[in-house]
Amino acid sequence: MELCDFPAHTLVARLKAREISAVEILASTFQRIDAVDGRAPSTAPYTAQADDALKVHAYISLQRERALERARTIDAQLARGEDPGPLAGVPLSIKDIFCVEGVPSTAASKMLENYIAPYTATAVERLENAGAIAIGKVNLDEYTYGSSTESSAFQPSSRNPWDPARVPGGSSGGSAAAVAAGESVLSLGTDTAGSIRQPAAFCGVVGLKPTYGRVSRYGLIAFGSSLDCPGPLARSARDAALMLNAMAGADPRDSTAALAPVPDYTAQLDAGVKGLRIGLSPDYFRIRYPDPQTGELRDMDLPEAITAPVRRAADLLARSGAEIVENVPMPNTALAIPAYFVISRVEAASNLHRFDGVKYGHRTQKTVQDLRDLYRQTRAEAFGLQPKLRILMGMYVSGAQYAKQYYQRALRVRTLIRRDFEAAFANQCDVLLTPTTPTPAFELGAVYGDSVLMQYADLLAVPANHAGTPGISIPCGLDAQGLPLGLQVLGNDWDEATVLRVAATYEHLTHDEAWRSVKPMVLQ
Amino acid sequence: MSDEITPELFTRLVELAALELTAEESNYLRGQLNGQLKAIAELERIPVPDDVPPAAHGLTFAPEFRPPLRADEAHVNLELAARILGQAPSAEEGYFVVPEIPHQEL
Repeated sequence: MELCDFPAHTLVARLKAREISAVEILASTFQRIDAVDGRAPSTAPYTAQADDALKVHAYISLQRERALERARTIDAQLARGEDPGPLAGVPLSIKDIFCVEGVPSTAASKMLENYIAPYTATAVERLENAGAIAIGKVNLDEYTYGSSTESSAFQPSSRNPWDPARVPGGSSGGSAAAVAAGESVLSLGTDTAGSIRQPAAFCGVVGLKPTYGRVSRYGLIAFGSSLDCPGPLARSARDAALMLNAMAGADPRDSTAALAPVPDYTAQLDAGVKGLRIGLSPDYFRIRYPDPQTGELRDMDLPEAITAPVRRAADLLARSGAEIVENVPMPNTALAIPAYFVISRVEAASNLHRFDGVKYGHRTQKTVQDLRDLYRQTRAEAFGLQPKLRILMGMYVSGAQYAKQYYQRALRVRTLIRRDFEAAFANQCDVLLTPTTPTPAFELGAVYGDSVLMQYADLLAVPANHAGTPGISIPCGLDAQGLPLGLQVLGNDWDEATVLRVAATYEHLTHDEAWRSVKPMVLQ
Repeated sequence: MSDEITPELFTRLVELAALELTAEESNYLRGQLNGQLKAIAELERIPVPDDVPPAAHGLTFAPEFRPPLRADEAHVNLELAARILGQAPSAEEGYFVVPEIPHQEL
């Protein structure tokens, strides 16, 4: 086991005991990146090379010198007897949707290909203040618009370390792939409709979406402003807790970052689940999903391979003293994707208006007639298909003559989805246990292009985004093909601590199981 | 079932969105929009009582969790301003430079 494969909390303990240095941890991580990541992606027209199919392609850019300088600083602090913080020396990758001062911040779009951020996102700043070392920016779907990372303007897009013929999920696909392959110990992602939890499930890592407002969005290039949540991707619940400790809390630069008190998320991790009420909802086991052949929506039971690990997890937790509550009604779950199609597109279209070739980013080099022509040409050249699709849908469903039918109705359905969670957590259970995704990782090209089917990859994750509530995905085994599966724990407002406690308990109960010792294909 | 977004309506949307598309892009994107609208039609599947309000956010912060509005004060940072202007595709004397702005004489 190389240093880059250890969990963050172990590395920090060994670093502070002076057994290892931050420079050594960093060297191990860069050695892994050099071995498995492959050629750097670019926005040039993509021509496949044989090696592409074997590599992970997690990173868009690496900041080796900057990282080395920070590692040396941390080692010097330790030599002086100072404490560099709870994440001292831990290599961290940053989804390239966050601004980092002086560093390319592309949103995986040609529009921002050459954009150097003039300031640093609060979440990044806080993680670095806690001692983490940001080593590079990882790939994602363009502007986060997707569930497979394939829509990135930077190709080759990230692959799944468990099978590079498959997608890592998305939009935080580079984050999940990097953490799974030992190319970073932690990663900072964002979750608008499952974009942390779904790739975490596909890549066999832990991904936590905090409560909306728990982590500042300052310096995050916005997608759905009422939905976006920065959050951790890690290899254990403890590491996710450490990361959230560093990131969470109010921020004068983001008026939607709440003043809610921030507990120590590691404090209750070993407390067990005795007396906790864990809910199972039939609405997360029988779903409304597009028929792969016809595209028509139909009701279907999730496959046994997806649901069995969840039921088994419930059994294990019950034997540890949790009370399992069956049949928790979440009747509006099936409407979460249709409502999301409307709400997220309106918010995305609004946020994308700022990219116009005037203040920053791409500007067309063609001769233009006037300012409006400049906007059109610039946006035509630099936006990929997914941003264009979202802008058009956002314009349509918020248009004066259609808004009542679509946008207003979607917002009211969102209220109903929210009420499902309120009723469940008020009366019946403390957390819900569900699968994270309806399928394991799919093959590259199998879904991309069908925007409806792609969106439905998020259907078990997106209700929590509508509700604003927290959720985590943790690995719960491998399917018959050896692909990771995710277990989702959904919690009440501001109660990430309980979600993390359930996750940590499950990890403890399954610690010695054989599937945990299986390595991703790229590391075998 | 006929497409909800006709080629004419699509052209109008493209204009409003300040985009310009190739024929191939238009064909694909219009097809995807109509496909998504079929999924969105699910929202009509259940009755939504009139007293259900719209939710702009899922979670309403308790009053004590709501940050106060910050003071409306200018914080001048010329060095940062220069860095921001440095990202502009075209800037001159502290201003963004743009081509002719369409206008009508009144």
